[in-house]
Amino acid sequence: MNEILKAFVLGGVICVIGQLLIDLTKLTPARIMVIYVVTGVVLGYFGLYQPLVEWGGAGASVPLTGFGNLLAKGVIKEVDNSGLLGAFTGGVKASAAGITAAVVFGYIMSIISKPKIKN
Amino acid sequence: MSKTLSKFEYQELVEKKAPGSRTVRNVLAAFVTGGAICSVGQIIMMIAENYGADKETAAAITSISMIFLGAFLTAVNIYDNISKFGRAGALVPITGFSNSIVSPAMEYKKEGYIMGVGAQMFLIAGPVLVYGIFASVIAGLVYFIWKQVI
Repeated sequence: MNEILKAFVLGGVICVIGQLLIDLTKLTPARIMVIYVVTGVVLGYFGLYQPLVEWGGAGASVPLTGFGNLLAKGVIKEVDNSGLLGAFTGGVKASAAGITAAVVFGYIMSIISKPKIKN
Repeated sequence: MSKTLSKFEYQELVEKKAPGSRTVRNVLAAFVTGGAICSVGQIIMMIAENYGADKETAAAITSISMIFLGAFLTAVNIYDNISKFGRAGALVPITGFSNSIVSPAMEYKKEGYIMGVGAQMFLIAGPVLVYGIFASVIAGLVYFIWKQVI
């Protein structure tokens, strides 16, 4: 139960930062998403994001910064394992499940959906 | 019987109420919505761990499940309402990423399966992947060079 509460609080706070960026800076949602992923890569690279994942679990891994963190962690691991080649394989390797799920489920759901008629 | 406001009074009212209180409302809604979505993720992760999945596997199962949920709820027109209420709380989690894939693909379905669905899926997800993967390659190169120096 405690773990769920921590995920709620941390996930909520990370989303609040995004909301403040939207309301106070007029950044578009697409830009927020890009900023979040890139920020996740930077924080992940310097090892600053992993403590959040340890503390808040899904509260840190479900937001898009968590996707960035995964990319950074993957690339570091692969550079350690296979040198320069790892810079090209590590990121996508670590996030393969998410990227593939997004493509496959995104496609299936788009196909079976009925476009909205309202408006 | 309704009280009519002069143009000036109305403008004053809008200025007083609009930006500040709207931001407070949005921030609260984003906190609750984002928190709730991440809690769902946490529950999925704990179930996976209960079934003996290690941390990495549990995280992957969580990502896949959340992406599925986001895509499904978009297809049945529920995620739109969650977004309208929760704003960034529905945008920032990975469910918002799959919403950004399904939503334009649905809208442009009539333009066909290649340039409609196939291309529009990546209207927003494309830039996210481009900058995310690009940043990871830079991080990898920097790390590689740093390792040579040390």
